[in-house]
Amino acid sequence: MGGALFVTLMRWLLPIALPTVFSPMPLFDTQFFFREPAWLFGGLMGVLCFVWYHGVMDDWYQWARGIDTPEHHEDKPGIEKYFGPSLDHKVIGIQYTVTALALLVIGGTFALIFRTELAASRLQFLTLEFRLFEQNGLQLYNSLMSLHGMIMIVSILLGVAAMMNYLVPLLIGAHDMAFPRLNAFSFWVAPPAAILLVSALILGGFDTGWTGYPPLSAKAPLGIDMFFLGVFTAGWSSILGSLNLIATTLRMRAKGMTAFRMPIFVWASIATSLIALTATQLIGLSFQLVAFQRVLHMGFFDPDKGGNPVLFQHLFWFYSHPAVYVFILPGLGIVSELLPVFARKPLFGYKWIAMSSLAIALVGFVVWAHHMFTSGMNEYLRVPFMYSTLLVAIPTGVKFFSWVATIWGGKIDTPTPMLFVLGAIVVFLLGGITGPPNATVSVDLHLHDTYYVVGHFHDTLFGGFVFPFFAALYFWFPKATGKRMNETLGKIHFWLMTPAFLTLSFGMMRIGLLGMRRRIADYDPALGFDNMHLVLTISGFLIALSILIFFYNLVISIKRGEPATGNLWNSRSPEWQVVSPMPAHNYDVPFEVVGEPYDYGLAGSKYIEFITPKKK
Amino acid sequence: MRHFVIVSILTAAMTYVIYVGLTSLGLMPVHASTQATSIDWLWDWQMRAMSFLFALIVAPMSYALVVFHRRKGETGEGQHFEGNYNLEIAWTVLPLFAVFAFAYMGAYSLGEVRRLDPNAMVIRVHAVQWNWTFEYPDYGFSSDVLHLPINRQIRLLMESTDVIHSFWVPEFRVKQDLVPGRVTELLITPDRLGAYRVRCAELCGISHSYMEDDVLVEETADFEEWALEQQAIAIEASKTPEGRGRILAATYCLGCHSITSTQLSGVAAPVWLGLFGKTETLQDGSSVVVDEAYLIESILNPLARIVHGFTPNMPQTFANTLSADQINDIIAFIKTLK
Repeated sequence: MGGALFVTLMRWLLPIALPTVFSPMPLFDTQFFFREPAWLFGGLMGVLCFVWYHGVMDDWYQWARGIDTPEHHEDKPGIEKYFGPSLDHKVIGIQYTVTALALLVIGGTFALIFRTELAASRLQFLTLEFRLFEQNGLQLYNSLMSLHGMIMIVSILLGVAAMMNYLVPLLIGAHDMAFPRLNAFSFWVAPPAAILLVSALILGGFDTGWTGYPPLSAKAPLGIDMFFLGVFTAGWSSILGSLNLIATTLRMRAKGMTAFRMPIFVWASIATSLIALTATQLIGLSFQLVAFQRVLHMGFFDPDKGGNPVLFQHLFWFYSHPAVYVFILPGLGIVSELLPVFARKPLFGYKWIAMSSLAIALVGFVVWAHHMFTSGMNEYLRVPFMYSTLLVAIPTGVKFFSWVATIWGGKIDTPTPMLFVLGAIVVFLLGGITGPPNATVSVDLHLHDTYYVVGHFHDTLFGGFVFPFFAALYFWFPKATGKRMNETLGKIHFWLMTPAFLTLSFGMMRIGLLGMRRRIADYDPALGFDNMHLVLTISGFLIALSILIFFYNLVISIKRGEPATGNLWNSRSPEWQVVSPMPAHNYDVPFEVVGEPYDYGLAGSKYIEFITPKKK
Repeated sequence: MRHFVIVSILTAAMTYVIYVGLTSLGLMPVHASTQATSIDWLWDWQMRAMSFLFALIVAPMSYALVVFHRRKGETGEGQHFEGNYNLEIAWTVLPLFAVFAFAYMGAYSLGEVRRLDPNAMVIRVHAVQWNWTFEYPDYGFSSDVLHLPINRQIRLLMESTDVIHSFWVPEFRVKQDLVPGRVTELLITPDRLGAYRVRCAELCGISHSYMEDDVLVEETADFEEWALEQQAIAIEASKTPEGRGRILAATYCLGCHSITSTQLSGVAAPVWLGLFGKTETLQDGSSVVVDEAYLIESILNPLARIVHGFTPNMPQTFANTLSADQINDIIAFIKTLK
């Protein structure tokens, strides 16, 4: 087992590490060894070698040579298929899930490290004398804090891709995604991107936060180049993945599945993919421009050369605000998808919920400058951006009201997935209602860059992604494995994580209002925040403990979970009408949509009917 | 119908309890500027809205979870209704009014915060990693503590020479970034005597946490007295190189370098007291005497020769910001620290 793990680890690390380290090497001159362009080039080569080495581009290469390859590659049985370039969307979905969870653990561990330092004022262990990876304690704090942000974002992007990849073809009755090889490529650029991100910590770190604003990022250590490159390649994954998803949904739906008969999660996925497909380029571009400023001395954001530091913020937030909707829309889709199953009632206002996802996606494109109310951009831009930002509340409100109306008058059951759905609604509601104060300019002048904002966005991301993601894992785990996860452990996970998280986010907002700034390693003891920070640190560790329980549950349920091969949740959705685990090519017999997706409680109604082949 | 009455009462009660609870906690720090007035006024309305919206969703949801929960052994499905067009229109349009109301209040409050008094006193704020300096052009001196007269509008004109910083005194509420290559403006009218702290709110590098300085709001007479005293000191100092050096050092260096025998907390920078003429061991083991040449090199290119035990933290921007004469003045000042 240990040997196999080592071999796997080397298979993942070496293809990226060798080119990254060797391209700066050729001259063996210490000056050259640390030259940035060589590292940047090496990192890029590392990603390509990684993808090439794992055989992701083999078929394309064969086609270029004029050699045909079979349409399907049959996967090897057992666990081995998850380590190779499978073309099956379900395998890729699980690969995404595992990578997302791994990054969640890494990002969470980073958070625990700096959260421990914050437990009391003054520096305790990340001190100036402390040395690790050529960084002192304060530098390391900044590197960890910055990487926590970006690693969690990549983790969420992969988690979103995991849900969309696994579920959308099943929900629309397709045998796979429209472009299976592109799908495999989209996944396989993500692990090297993650490895590059983590390598930033070792290669000098960086002290800019995940936003990487110049001029600070233009002066940061070498680590920031690896950070830029990691984000850049993770962006490919996002763009290509969403392209694939849109094509799949447009072209591969089952017979009779008109737009308003699609499961609601598919609508959320479409809205998400539209954003990811059209906005991700901007974050890649903004980081690329800073990298060019560093290595080619082009003065895009350098005022001494006529550049403009605020321009970067516009480019950056043009992606990074809509990105928040990429993170949350699929999660809200999961909430809308699961509520009817456990309330045994139709989804209230299906069309309104579907359209509200699109409305959030579209309005999300014109609100980016609300991150820049104090930035020194043109004063008069602040008011229109306040109006557009507040407008997001309308479609979001429609979702909340519809959810309440959905459970009203139902026969509600609350197993673990439903608990996480309800948790998601409450936590996301807190994220939602703490948002408007940030949107109204004058109050934001106080709130900007404080722990209030930190509390607010942790609420939105936990409510919009983390809770729904766990709900989805508990709900569809039987579909992937034919077993169900342990209910008791699932409930302990929920009842431990939810209060701990609420304490964390309320506490953050409380001290933020009183004057706690974001991104500081140390705070003035005179502020009197020591007790609250200690509470926050303890809450952080309780969340970590609940996640450990989840992993324990995951492992024991895979090994010896209670078998669940049928329609465990009594759902109307097509994937539950066939046996679990899902057959290799999904539906052996195609189905036709004959009714509404969520007509629970309507006697005799059916969503789908399998098409029996006519006898010749 | 009975359900709706109970839920309405629950929602109203919950709204009230949350709002009273939040306000009694004292969420904001003390309020020390007239700009804070309109911000606190809007924040109070925000809290009302937050309390109501939270109750509006959570009260019916909790009620439904209790009343409509599946009883043990109960089978069957929920009621079948798919939506209600009028209800959907209502909860789209009514919030729209709330949105416009809050956006209007936000714009009004922003207008109040940005209202310029023609008699405002200008103070120029200079920020470098990791130091604030406040220049009083009316009097012709600079200080590293911000003294402000009460009840007079202050117009801060702010510049940064290296990276983005942000000026924030929580008690004044307002915040504004300082961006290299441009001058940004912040208006503050202090209306409460006391000692506060200005804290940099935009991540600006390693010692960002410690980029703080004192802010004192004083009676006008006390302020005048202090300002005239500083003015006299500045005129005297500008006559000698070490005097000019001291002023420059206060702007650029003393945020990190200490001129007493103890190192400043949070910043690993060499102490200047007794520095000149000392023999130091470098990282490669060789030694160097701290003379004028070494000091000039260390200011222009801080990474060239680093003394053992220090990390390369010093900003590498001084070659652009300081002239040769200014560097000589600073060195003249360092020489006096024995």
